[in-house]
Amino acid sequence: MHLLDSLWTEWKIALRFLADNRMQTLLIIVGIGVGSAVIVFITALITGLQANVIERTLGTQAHIRILPLDEVNRVLPAADGALALILENPRAQRLRSISNWQDVRDALDGQTQLLAVSPLISGPAIARRGVARASVALMGIDPVRYQRIIPIAEDLIAGHFTVGAGHAVIGKELADDLGLGIGDKLRLDAGEGRETIVDIAGIFELGVRELDSRYVYLDLKQTQTLLDLPGGVTVIDTTVRDIFEAETIAARLARLTGLQAESWMATNGQLLNALRSQTMTTQMIRLFVGLSVAFGIASVLAVSVVQRTREIGILRAMGSPRGQILRVFLLQGGLLGLAGSGLGGLVGWSLVQVFNIFGPGLFFIPTDPTLIPVAMAVATVTGVLAAAAPARRAARLDPAVAIRYV
Amino acid sequence: MSELTHGFTDGEEVLRLERLRKTYNPGTPLELEVLHALDLRLVRGELAALIGPSGSGKSTLLNVIGLLDSPSAGELYLLGQPTRAMDDEQRTHLRNQVIGFVFQFHHLIPAFSVLDNVLMPLMIRHGKPTPTDIERARELLDAVGLADFAQKKANQISGGQQQRVAIARALVTQPALLLADEPTGNLDTKTAEGVFELFRRFNREFGCAVLVVTHDPRLSASCARTIQLVDGSIVSDQMNP
Repeated sequence: MHLLDSLWTEWKIALRFLADNRMQTLLIIVGIGVGSAVIVFITALITGLQANVIERTLGTQAHIRILPLDEVNRVLPAADGALALILENPRAQRLRSISNWQDVRDALDGQTQLLAVSPLISGPAIARRGVARASVALMGIDPVRYQRIIPIAEDLIAGHFTVGAGHAVIGKELADDLGLGIGDKLRLDAGEGRETIVDIAGIFELGVRELDSRYVYLDLKQTQTLLDLPGGVTVIDTTVRDIFEAETIAARLARLTGLQAESWMATNGQLLNALRSQTMTTQMIRLFVGLSVAFGIASVLAVSVVQRTREIGILRAMGSPRGQILRVFLLQGGLLGLAGSGLGGLVGWSLVQVFNIFGPGLFFIPTDPTLIPVAMAVATVTGVLAAAAPARRAARLDPAVAIRYV
Repeated sequence: MSELTHGFTDGEEVLRLERLRKTYNPGTPLELEVLHALDLRLVRGELAALIGPSGSGKSTLLNVIGLLDSPSAGELYLLGQPTRAMDDEQRTHLRNQVIGFVFQFHHLIPAFSVLDNVLMPLMIRHGKPTPTDIERARELLDAVGLADFAQKKANQISGGQQQRVAIARALVTQPALLLADEPTGNLDTKTAEGVFELFRRFNREFGCAVLVVTHDPRLSASCARTIQLVDGSIVSDQMNP
């Protein structure tokens, strides 16, 4: 109660000092506002952009792929004391199944960090229609599980998503290249005389050329037969809850299964690099804008301390303790930060809306409801910290000297 | 009312200086002793004028007595408490409790209203003013003839009015000791006489000890006691008839 009561006086003096220097207060609030608006807008923009890029990239691929280990040459160790010179060629990696993949799948299903687990069999083939030929990637999938990784059904532009019993779903580019429509027949040749003819049940467009021109979705059974891997799967796709944990989780899954686990972070090094540099750039911008805001607050308060030297002296002569003077200026810093960032948050938020409505329309920036409160809290703390040096100066003024200051 | 001023009767000691010295820049070639071993005693209800030529150390003495500056040697007792060993916080507290200041240049806070200026020592003491505080401040403003100016900004009134507000502010805490540093120094003679009359009146009514630095011989002559300071020493201390 005593603390609250004594703070009442600090509030009153701080508010009155700020109100009294109206122009100065207004200018610095606008200054802080511009800084906060930049921070809020750039944070929302980059967050939105990254979410969009990640969504587009990872929306069409698994976060972690579980693959069989590469085959290696086994060399008999040389006998003790003998020196072995080995000349070897690396083994050609044939298509082969993950052994006991059902057990692996069940083990992965039990991992809470994984959102979806989808075994699939994938291998190369030639698609033929009449004299036209195209090289394709056969994707034998469990449609229910696979849809949890890539919701292909949402990207269908024709037909429906049926992959079983002589049906296939292909990409738009491939359909265009081979002049295929719904219900047309397509011959798939996986080599060594293994061929089949499928009906086109659906055509999808993911917007990724590589996928749209190469992927042919079948069910597991048809693909196993075509690729001569009865009952086998070549890869298990998974998605994770926290995509930036993918690398860590992949390492753990590799240890758990004894197989290879490739995270999107390892296979999309450049994307990850781009995202990281972007994040770093944003952080640098935020840091420097934040610093300039802090210096702005500090310099305005430093000037204010000089302007109010005599009044500080009067307050001290009337028995105002040093702590009270200190708190008056810390409060002013906090209030400036709060008011400026409130204004800036509003402007930044408006900029985001303007961008969403009138901008290039490349992507939508979602507005995180916590962004502005967090920005305001940070700005308020920054204001208090920035006020520390001027406030200490004010508190240390010698009242006998200060009161004679003109 | 503070615990420190409570229950004081007339004639009780408010201030006592014992061999008090003030030295500037001690231990350097610029060392200068401006107050030489002063002894002084002031009791409740006294009205004393402190006179002396410029540079005689009047303001320094007033600052030391008002705990704005600390003595270099000797001791200063306020209401019987020795103050030299006190730290800044204790001195600040004591200043708020025991002393009222009136300065030559009024020294109101221009950002605040007249009423808030008068209330400021109480706000510093215990935060939000109580209805009693406000009533007391209004009574004092009424007593100095400025009841109608309570809501005006402090810099919107004349110099004489500001000085009267400063007196009301100095008295709002019912201090045991009122210190005034040339309170009429930059007022015209008529206004000065009016302001000085207030000191005499409050001295009578509240019974606080008043120590006024003044250059005006007519004003000092109207005080019960005149203390003369020359070159940092008290050369005369006499009761006026």
